[in-house]
Amino acid sequence: MTAADVLMLALGAVAVGSGVLVVTTRHLVRAGLYLVVTLAAVAGLFLVLTAELVAWVQLLIYVGAVVVLLLFAVMLTRAPIGAADDLDRPGWPGALIGGGTGLGLAALLVDAYRWSTVELPEPGTAERLGTELFSSWVLPFEVLSVLLLSALVGAIAISVRIPGRDR
Amino acid sequence: MRPVIPYVVAALLFGLGVYGVLRRRNAVLVLMSVELMLNAVNLLLVTANTAPLATATGRAVPAPVAPQPSPAAETAAALPFTGQAFTLFVIVIAAAEVGVGLAIVLQLFRLRGTVVVDDVRLDGHTPDTGPQAIVAAPPVAPAPDGPTTRGAGT
Repeated sequence: MTAADVLMLALGAVAVGSGVLVVTTRHLVRAGLYLVVTLAAVAGLFLVLTAELVAWVQLLIYVGAVVVLLLFAVMLTRAPIGAADDLDRPGWPGALIGGGTGLGLAALLVDAYRWSTVELPEPGTAERLGTELFSSWVLPFEVLSVLLLSALVGAIAISVRIPGRDR
Repeated sequence: MRPVIPYVVAALLFGLGVYGVLRRRNAVLVLMSVELMLNAVNLLLVTANTAPLATATGRAVPAPVAPQPSPAAETAAALPFTGQAFTLFVIVIAAAEVGVGLAIVLQLFRLRGTVVVDDVRLDGHTPDTGPQAIVAAPPVAPAPDGPTTRGAGT
């Protein structure tokens, strides 16, 4: 057990614990705030795994933008304030399938990796990852920019309110 | 560094996301659970970038029998940050997904007054008359054979 292992165990425990709270809490806003904790812990795991640029991008986009969007949606949809009892449907099929998926995948990966050790590679800094992105992955990068633009236009087209078309 | 720890964390997060999608009734909470699943996949990709299965020492990797390395192996060796690049792509796709998803949720709330996904009746929807002209169109004569009262639904 090296320091990286201890750090990953702690961050993983935080991520999984607050993930449990995200899917079980009865407060809508608290689910969003626990989601912040989970995403930040996963960003910390990225840092330990030497994915430096990915960790900062995760903090910027997920914790910064996506959670803010989700909280805006919570506010705009007239969410119940305080504990709400009607957020869940009966739980056993979800628990069965979700638990089966999670534990099955975990068993598969534990079987594949046992308790082996690897050396940490050189960190994925912005320079190295940017060189890789703009040399080998240029076409997916450009396609993703088109996808992002079309998603933006689509979101506007869905939510725009055209006068005379109110239903 | 023991790669089994982040792998198991990713698997458990994915299971939690599946559970949340199946359990939650509020559409915003369903989107949050989808974010959990996407993050689990991101963690899996980053970990696989650090510790691919070929480097696991628990299992003997069969040595390549071909004397010269295949071009695929050369390509794989030449791309050191593939997992992290894919993680960035997945993050971008997740941002696009949550934008469009929240637009859909807000429109659903505007139309039905609720975001509870159990209350959305897929078969009880009156069909849309399609896009209508925003500018004032000249009044059209009613169709002579149609009993419809909705004025030639263009």
